[in-house]
Amino acid sequence: MPDRAPMTMFSLTTRAMSAQMVRMNAATSNLANAGSVSSTEAGAYRPIRAVFAVELDRASGLAGVTSSGLVRSEAAATKRYDPSHPLADADGNVFEAAVDETAEMVEIMDSARQYQNLVQALQTAKQLMLETLRSQ
Amino acid sequence: MNERLFGIHGAALTLRSERMGVIASNIANAATPGYKARDIDFNAALDARISAARGAASDPRTGMVWRTPTMPSLDGNTVELSREQVAFAENAVAYSATLSFVQGRVNTVTRALKGE
Repeated sequence: MPDRAPMTMFSLTTRAMSAQMVRMNAATSNLANAGSVSSTEAGAYRPIRAVFAVELDRASGLAGVTSSGLVRSEAAATKRYDPSHPLADADGNVFEAAVDETAEMVEIMDSARQYQNLVQALQTAKQLMLETLRSQ
Repeated sequence: MNERLFGIHGAALTLRSERMGVIASNIANAATPGYKARDIDFNAALDARISAARGAASDPRTGMVWRTPTMPSLDGNTVELSREQVAFAENAVAYSATLSFVQGRVNTVTRALKGE
């Protein structure tokens, strides 16, 4: 892989865009699982969150970003008394995933803005590079 | 030779390109916990480059500064997207300007060589 090659503006932006993609996918998975119920507390869906880390390239001085993993939230599932629910346990309780829809929406919006910013920065950089190349 | 041909503009163009990379790194790390935004102090760095070209010893990383955030965030990240955007745009315009100086110089020399 081009891991050994020095980082350029292009690889820097590619990596950052992939990282934002992971973050957006995590938030979308959480939204998709909002309201899902389980018959046990352990079985309830717990929201995931992408964690980013800096990836410093000493050769070029650029600092890329990588998603170092997905972390499950510690938020406890909401217990709801609903004996008529087919998944209810012996006491008539179901456990609902602790997904904060608003927070997830904000996360997606923030990620989309940063993604947009990256694309724009790359566009400008590319245009300047082309101008430099074309000058005789 | 480079310095005699392009004057200050050769070093300035390299430096503008490096600064573009540094600001792009900041934009890329806008959501990384604990990331400290960096920038290049253009005047200081250019002075260092020029004195290095004239033979004086200097650290190639002169002019690298940490950015002071207007409002620190809880996760230790000091990137402010709006500031980075403005800095990037300003740097891109300055790059274009320097590039046109270099181009003008090349054109002049080319014309002199052709003897038109």
